[in-house]
Amino acid sequence: MKKVPEKSSLRVSNHEEEVLGFLTNCELSTSEDEGDNNNKYDGEMDGKIDREVDGEVDSEVDGVDGEDGNNNNERKHQKLLNVICGLGGKKRLKLAERSEASLQVSEFNVSTEGTGEKLELTELLAPIKSSSSLGIVKKRLKSVKNKKTVELPLSKEENERILREAAYNKISQDMNKWEPIVIKNRTAAQLVFPLEQERVLNAPIEDVIEGWKVSTPLEKEIFSLLHKNKQPVTNTLLTSEEKASLQAMSLEEAKQRRAELQKARALQSYYEARARREKKVKSKRFHKMLKKKKTKEVLKQFEELRKINPTEALEQLKKIENARIQERMTLKHQNSGKWAKSKAIMAKYDLEARKAMQEQLTKNKELTQKLEVPSESEHDEDEEEDAGLIPAIVNEAQLSIDGPNPWMQKQRLNHIKNSPTQEKPVANEVAESEDEEEATAEDELLLQEVEERRAFRKNSKVEQGLQNHTVTTVTVPEKTKEDEEVLVHLRDLSKQLKQKAKKIRQNGEQPKSPPSATRSKPSVQREEQALLNERPSRMVEEDLETLDMEEVSQEPELQKPEAERQHRTHSNQKSPQKTKAEPVTDLHTIISVKAHIANSFLSVPTIVEQEDCDEDIIQKQLIKEAFAGDDVIADFQREKREAEKASEPKDIDLCLPGWGQWGGPGLAISARKRRRFLIKAPKAPPRKDKCLPNVVIAEKRNVHAAAHQVNMLPFPFTHTNEFEHTIKTPVGTTWNTQRAFQKLTAPQVVTKPGHIIEPIKDNNVDSSPSHFDLPNLQKKGHQYLNHRKREPVKDV
Amino acid sequence: MEAAPKPSSKAQVKTKGKKQPLRYWEGKADEASLLPSSLTAPDSVIVTKRKREDGTQPRGSQVSKRPKQTQRFKSKQNQKNLKSKHNQKHLQLKKDLRPNQKQELRLNHTLSGAQDPFPGPAPVSENAVKKFQRSSKFVKKHPLKFVTEDKLKAATDEEEETSVRAAQAELLLSEEPGFLEGEDGEDTSTICQADIAEAVDIASAAKHFDLNLHQFGPYRLNYSRTGRHLALCGRRGHVATFDWITKKLMCEINVMEAVRDIRFLHSETLFAVAQKRWLHIYDNQGIELHCVRRCDRITRLEFLPFHFLLATASETGFLTYLDVSVGKIVASLAARAGRLDVMTQNPYNAIIHLGHSNGTVSLWCPAVKEPLVKILCHRGGVRSVAVDSSGMYMATSGLDHQVKIFDLRGKFQPLTSRALPQGAGHLAFSQRGLLAGGMGDVVNIWRAQGQGSFLSLDQPYLTHRLPGHVHGLQFCPFEDVLGAGHSRGFSSILVPGAGEPNFDGLESNPYRSHKQRQEWEVKALLEKIPAELIDLDPRNLGEIDVISLEQKKKEQIERLGFDPEAKAPFQPKQKKKGRSSTANLVKRKTKVKDQKQREKVRQSQQQQDQQQKKKKKKLTPPLSTGPLPSALDRFKR
Repeated sequence: MKKVPEKSSLRVSNHEEEVLGFLTNCELSTSEDEGDNNNKYDGEMDGKIDREVDGEVDSEVDGVDGEDGNNNNERKHQKLLNVICGLGGKKRLKLAERSEASLQVSEFNVSTEGTGEKLELTELLAPIKSSSSLGIVKKRLKSVKNKKTVELPLSKEENERILREAAYNKISQDMNKWEPIVIKNRTAAQLVFPLEQERVLNAPIEDVIEGWKVSTPLEKEIFSLLHKNKQPVTNTLLTSEEKASLQAMSLEEAKQRRAELQKARALQSYYEARARREKKVKSKRFHKMLKKKKTKEVLKQFEELRKINPTEALEQLKKIENARIQERMTLKHQNSGKWAKSKAIMAKYDLEARKAMQEQLTKNKELTQKLEVPSESEHDEDEEEDAGLIPAIVNEAQLSIDGPNPWMQKQRLNHIKNSPTQEKPVANEVAESEDEEEATAEDELLLQEVEERRAFRKNSKVEQGLQNHTVTTVTVPEKTKEDEEVLVHLRDLSKQLKQKAKKIRQNGEQPKSPPSATRSKPSVQREEQALLNERPSRMVEEDLETLDMEEVSQEPELQKPEAERQHRTHSNQKSPQKTKAEPVTDLHTIISVKAHIANSFLSVPTIVEQEDCDEDIIQKQLIKEAFAGDDVIADFQREKREAEKASEPKDIDLCLPGWGQWGGPGLAISARKRRRFLIKAPKAPPRKDKCLPNVVIAEKRNVHAAAHQVNMLPFPFTHTNEFEHTIKTPVGTTWNTQRAFQKLTAPQVVTKPGHIIEPIKDNNVDSSPSHFDLPNLQKKGHQYLNHRKREPVKDV
Repeated sequence: MEAAPKPSSKAQVKTKGKKQPLRYWEGKADEASLLPSSLTAPDSVIVTKRKREDGTQPRGSQVSKRPKQTQRFKSKQNQKNLKSKHNQKHLQLKKDLRPNQKQELRLNHTLSGAQDPFPGPAPVSENAVKKFQRSSKFVKKHPLKFVTEDKLKAATDEEEETSVRAAQAELLLSEEPGFLEGEDGEDTSTICQADIAEAVDIASAAKHFDLNLHQFGPYRLNYSRTGRHLALCGRRGHVATFDWITKKLMCEINVMEAVRDIRFLHSETLFAVAQKRWLHIYDNQGIELHCVRRCDRITRLEFLPFHFLLATASETGFLTYLDVSVGKIVASLAARAGRLDVMTQNPYNAIIHLGHSNGTVSLWCPAVKEPLVKILCHRGGVRSVAVDSSGMYMATSGLDHQVKIFDLRGKFQPLTSRALPQGAGHLAFSQRGLLAGGMGDVVNIWRAQGQGSFLSLDQPYLTHRLPGHVHGLQFCPFEDVLGAGHSRGFSSILVPGAGEPNFDGLESNPYRSHKQRQEWEVKALLEKIPAELIDLDPRNLGEIDVISLEQKKKEQIERLGFDPEAKAPFQPKQKKKGRSSTANLVKRKTKVKDQKQREKVRQSQQQQDQQQKKKKKKLTPPLSTGPLPSALDRFKR
């Protein structure tokens, strides 16, 4: 029990300390700060408490002020008062007035002096009411503590600097608004002063009129009349209805179209119904018959096609072939399927099952049969049957895709290019769809036609809907069963064809126009050619060892493809020019360029006409005689050498005789000295005629012409080519049209006589940039250019 | 207040009203839009007319283009009312044709409702524009200043605009040149003048004539620049000028002295005659105006029309330039190659070509005292020289009986040559590049075989035998006529396809009047080009004189003691704590230096790479045509 009061006293003392600290702070801080703090916490606490605290603080302040020297007296006075109070019997609650740490309030012990009461546990346990108020104080204190000291006012210089900066910013902002105008005016091709003139009416009058409003009563009346009658007001000669009627179609046309549509619809529905009915038939026999019928039809058509259009037939055949290949890939007829196994069991007893098995086996045989390789010669037939063991695919692949065998490549490539039909991979679907097309060719055609027409004109919604429907029905092919069926038909077909081809070959006849034969032909040729080509090359190789190197280089050239050879010839043509680059040696050749003798019937003059064919030789002799003395070429070479020497920059010899050595007549200057005082001239740039043996080009500069040239770079340019580019276009009327000439020579600044040129006003700057648009002339140019861009002329 | 209705609002208001008469194009437009495929020729006349000028697009596409546009416009107006498939189709098509529709619409829309069927200026084909463009586009190699870029852009814009304007102003339906075509296998050279004259119209046939002037010896001739007048001079003093088309004589005199050459000055009113001693100038009445004694013993004359210079070659070996506008001798150059009697001018750059007895041809301009170029052309002496009107080719004939054609564009190499049995004594190029050669009394004319090909000397285009030996040859400008002066007079030969069919009326108008000539004279004098500007490449004037530019800069540097534009060399910053030691400074300096060096090396490397790539590219295409090489190729036999 003893310890508890101690604790409480401690707490109290803590409070006191804080308060004290606060007081000292208060003295330093201004009254304003206090007010701030009060305001800060207004929301959180009651005004009452606040006031209380304030009162407390005030009293304490007074107390502190009071106790200077009268400390003892006061204490005595207090005691006296206490005694008097105790005498009264009735206890008055006395607030402990706080003062400086003393006997009553000490940090080391808690005194109950003054209260006359004992500390109770409950009091300690319960939170001290006043702590809430203290908390506020604490918070305030914290904030006070966080507050830094007020900074020193800035120095005068700095203050000024900031002011200057701000002023600069403001003014530069003001000035910046002029910048675009200044730039525009500077770069403008032409300035017309005064700048704020009314713009010339560039816009068509219609634009101006558009903004015009009806104002007078007469105008109103007129317009109301016009509107009532629904007349076109601004432009166009026709009203909208008239136009519509013009564009609408005639009655007959419409009727015709309707009839067409009706027919098409009827046909459509009929076909749909039939297809549905057929689909529903469950009889297998019926379907079998149907299949057979279809195959027959296809075969017939194919035969016809072969007669009419062999190339197309060839394609058809290829499709068939493709279908066969795909069928093969499925390995359906290997008798390994579930159905086949079940049938195998049944085959012992059931005749039909046996038949089915047999069928399958034949099919299998058919499929696994080796494909006849038509490129081989005729007596390959025997081998063909033998080669049934080898899977046909191997051969097939070899044929269709050119292997990476470089020996075979040579000629084949060309052939492949020639016959693009071989390469095209034909999808199963395509074959199927085409098949269908053929079957229902005529009606389909009609339908399609109608469809196309319909797609063309999308007028009524009903039509559109119908069309959509039909499109879907037509375009989406029914797969699965039909697919398979067609495959089977095709396979059958191909088989039949093959047999026919075989028969023809056995008869020893040349096949008339079976597509397989036509296809085989080129390949035969191809291989033969390859062989032919190969042989000579080998021969050459053997011979090469004996031949000279030159020939070696020539021979393979022959073998290379033409393009390469052409390239070579080009390079050959180029090379003579290069060889000309080597000087002097070629001069003779240049002078005596091979000259063909012209022989026109009249070219020989009458007087000399009697001369013989030997004339040429005689002439040469004559010439030789005539120019026996002077060798023109040698003379020219000498001349050229002299010119070269003359144009070479000369070394400067600064030797003075007598310095450092004996000088005088007959005494040569030593080589060492000469070398020392010789200033070597820089090497001259290569002469222009360096590579031209028959030409001497003067290296001298035409000074008089140079005087007319520009010899300085004007301001914005840094390189000569930039400036040259700007002065390249001639300005005179000789080279330009009148308009262009006027534009090119337009003065930079035009001032209107009698007009005052006022500075641009401030208020105009932001509001109306239109005044400062590019000047008229330039604008025209822009418009013009725009037009050109807009309408690019196309060259087909 | 009621506003005038705008097109969009109006469309809803309108109903059927009184039908107004259609404009011819409007009706067409509607028709065309309805039946674009069934357009008949008479209907489309108006539409196609414009298109034929550029003739680039197929007619069908052009025809449907215009109507679509109008259709488009209308469809915009009443999109709600009308939804025909035609409209939709056009809309689709329009999109790619015209990017900015709005502007177009505005242009079309006029107050009266009439629509311009051909809005905007006439389209110009790109090829036509390209023809008038002077320079290739500027290629920026490094970033430029804004100002510079602006100026460059302005220059290119200007150039483009002027070229477009020029293309627009080009002559339409100009005369087309044509040549004589022989029937199958027929050689055109076998066709004689009488046949040609018979076949052509009377006016042209009248241009074939012979003047029988056997008294005054071999004749030389000169046509005036317009091709209208002809001056003849016989060696024995006979001088005559006349309008050769009307055959109206202007003057005929005998100067009583040997005459070597005659030449019209800038117009037909003045002509210079090289007489035995001196050079004389006469007017069109035959009155002697000047006797230029400083030019003596002249053998050949040439007149440079744009410089007003009369170039004279003398026996004494001097080439003298006389400015006829001020009467001053501009330059007198010693050729130092003996007697000069072969001379011609290059019409492209006004360079004088002289042929010498040592087989060389030298090129001269008045500003340089030595020949600009000397070309060794023949083994023997040069007999005659001619330069074609484009200034690209020079034909020479020498004593070695050869005719050669040289390329004059920098290389001066012979392109073709041909030995002729007698050699050509006289050569002349026509305006359209035909070459005439006079051999004895025969004149051969060669032309390029095929379109755009180079002149071939294999087969003559025409041949003609004259009554006497050729002494002077010249093609008449703007006429299909070759004038040949010979020992027995003068003959005018018809050469189809020789002359330029289209003349520039402002420059040299054959039909000009007295007044026009006077005006032209004044203009020509005002535009006279100074003699100093004659140079091998006339475009040099548009280039900056780099040498003097550098010289100036050097002088400036010398004067100032430093280069104001030079970049200051790298100076390492001063650092503290011992980091600015000498070693460190050097290290930093080298670091910067190395960096620069590396940059340079990298750039050069890149350049090399690019060059190699280009080379490879050039090489590769033929290879790529063949099949790809396989790895097994190396075993190939």
